[in-house]
Amino acid sequence: MSSAPLDPAGLFVIGATHQRTPLEVRERLALADDAIDALRAELARIAGLREFAVLNTCNRVEFYGVAETPAVVVAVQQAYCARQRFAVEEFEKFRLSLDNREAIQHLLEVASGIDSQMLGETEIFGQVKEAYAAAQARGHTGVVLNRVFQKTFQAAKHVRTHTAITEGQVSVANVAVDLAANIFGELGPLHILLLGAGEIGEKTAKAFQSRGAGGLVVANRTFERATELATALGATALPFEQRGVRLRDFDIVVCSTAASHTVISAEVAAIAMEFRPAQPLFFIDLAMPRDVDPAVTALDNVYLYNLDDLAQIAEDNRRARETEVVRARAILAEKSVALWRAVADRLGLAVGEGT
Amino acid sequence: MFAYLTDRQWLWIAAGCYLAGFLFGTVSLLRHRQHSRVAMYAIIVAGYLLQTLGLFLRGRAMGGCPLGNIFEILQFTAWSATTLYLVIGPTFRLSLLGYFTAGLATTVTTVSLAVPAWDAVRRTAISGLNPWIAMHAALAMFSYGVFALLALTSAMFLFRNYSLKAKHPGGWFQFLPSILDLDHMSLRLLTAGVSIMTVALGVGWVYWRRQGAEVDHLKLLAVVGVWGAYALTLGLRRRGRLIGKRFAWIGVGLFAAALLSLWAVDRSRHPDQPARPAHTTSP
Repeated sequence: MSSAPLDPAGLFVIGATHQRTPLEVRERLALADDAIDALRAELARIAGLREFAVLNTCNRVEFYGVAETPAVVVAVQQAYCARQRFAVEEFEKFRLSLDNREAIQHLLEVASGIDSQMLGETEIFGQVKEAYAAAQARGHTGVVLNRVFQKTFQAAKHVRTHTAITEGQVSVANVAVDLAANIFGELGPLHILLLGAGEIGEKTAKAFQSRGAGGLVVANRTFERATELATALGATALPFEQRGVRLRDFDIVVCSTAASHTVISAEVAAIAMEFRPAQPLFFIDLAMPRDVDPAVTALDNVYLYNLDDLAQIAEDNRRARETEVVRARAILAEKSVALWRAVADRLGLAVGEGT
Repeated sequence: MFAYLTDRQWLWIAAGCYLAGFLFGTVSLLRHRQHSRVAMYAIIVAGYLLQTLGLFLRGRAMGGCPLGNIFEILQFTAWSATTLYLVIGPTFRLSLLGYFTAGLATTVTTVSLAVPAWDAVRRTAISGLNPWIAMHAALAMFSYGVFALLALTSAMFLFRNYSLKAKHPGGWFQFLPSILDLDHMSLRLLTAGVSIMTVALGVGWVYWRRQGAEVDHLKLLAVVGVWGAYALTLGLRRRGRLIGKRFAWIGVGLFAAALLSLWAVDRSRHPDQPARPAHTTSP
């Protein structure tokens, strides 16, 4: 974009986020990949739009830019709504629209995960980086947005390091994986048995795989279903009847059957432990009613967590993150003020303007 | 440059360093933060160097390995445990091991310094009697240091096991190493400790065979008893008969018993010279 000396201009963000836009509206406002490229090309032609970047995730579509006049921001809005075939008047009911220091504060909070639907999640950081990289690669950023985004990444890292905003898992599946790491350390060499083909069990198995765990075996009352799920997960299938005798071979057992009674008794677990006394055995019982006899907890080196236990830990972690939001916002507010001072200078604005 | 302070004064400063490490770790844990491993390691290294200096001055003044009374034995045990931590800490990267080591070193060194009676008299330098006996004593005391570290990893295992069984994995428990890592480390330490003590007893046995009349039977019984208990524990653990929580409790309990056995070890000595503060200028 333009590298000429800046006349008085403004930094802005405009868009739709999960905070103020209902899901059904966001669905209509979401940009497909090919639509983003076309829209970028269109925005690049708007006179007076010196710099811009598009952040498009499942929870938000946001346009960050440097505009010479307020009319330029309106032009961006019109271009976006026209492409999505969305009435401008309706968009204005839900839209997010901030400028200057507030726009910087918003970007800092987004990149830090404070503004995310799942508080403290870190995926958004990568998405903001990608948005910036895409804009930079196309020459859509200049001195202002380059500085704003680069400082944003530093600030987000600072907040993640100096607050507990990202600590503790907030989903049941990831809590289970963290617990396994607390027991076994390395997840790679572990053998995991997935008992039942329930959705939550499958999600948990995938969470283990995403953290490097291998050696997954699926057992289900219907062997065909076990084979089908095993194929989908890159695992192997085991006849359900062999779960007891083969229990000794596994480190982690994820249970999510629809059985009306326990499918792993304390006696079966005790026999398995005789063959592996020094190697822990971790039961993750996600079934309702429960699949594993609670009496297994009395066994040395055996650990059992059921759905309620995991949900409680996830909830505790979520609350802990919430208590950190105020501290994180305060840190980011200081950084946004400092960053705005530098950016306002570039824009030829007095620091007080637009703050 | 070290002549301005006595050996005990250097050892007090070393104890202060260990305490600083322990407080640093405690404050971090109370704030639910993982402390910097590098900072903790640096603090413990500082304490270790000062303690080494204090023991060196003491040894130089006494003309041999400073293992002449309870005070020196406790100091040497803490020094051995710290030595081992400085070696295995960076290798195995067990989080909080530095914190626990700082806590143990603080307790042992401070208690030993706080009881003047333990350092009022000491026997003649053992290396002056026989170099094999000096080696026997040094190895035996080093094995106590290994067992001290075993007690720490066992205690850490118990905390971790409690947190997982009670379903409270958060808070400061989250910074503990995994159950399996702690168990493996405890087994390694137990194996190393028993091996070192076996060598120490083997070296001592050569001396006892020649001059058995000079050996105190209570001391012999206590030391062999400690060795036997640890060796039995190792055998049972290797056969899978003693695992998990029971193995960890025994790791803690046996070290307490080993510390008590020091009374029997020291009782056998014949104090023939008062301990005195050592300066580099008065070897």
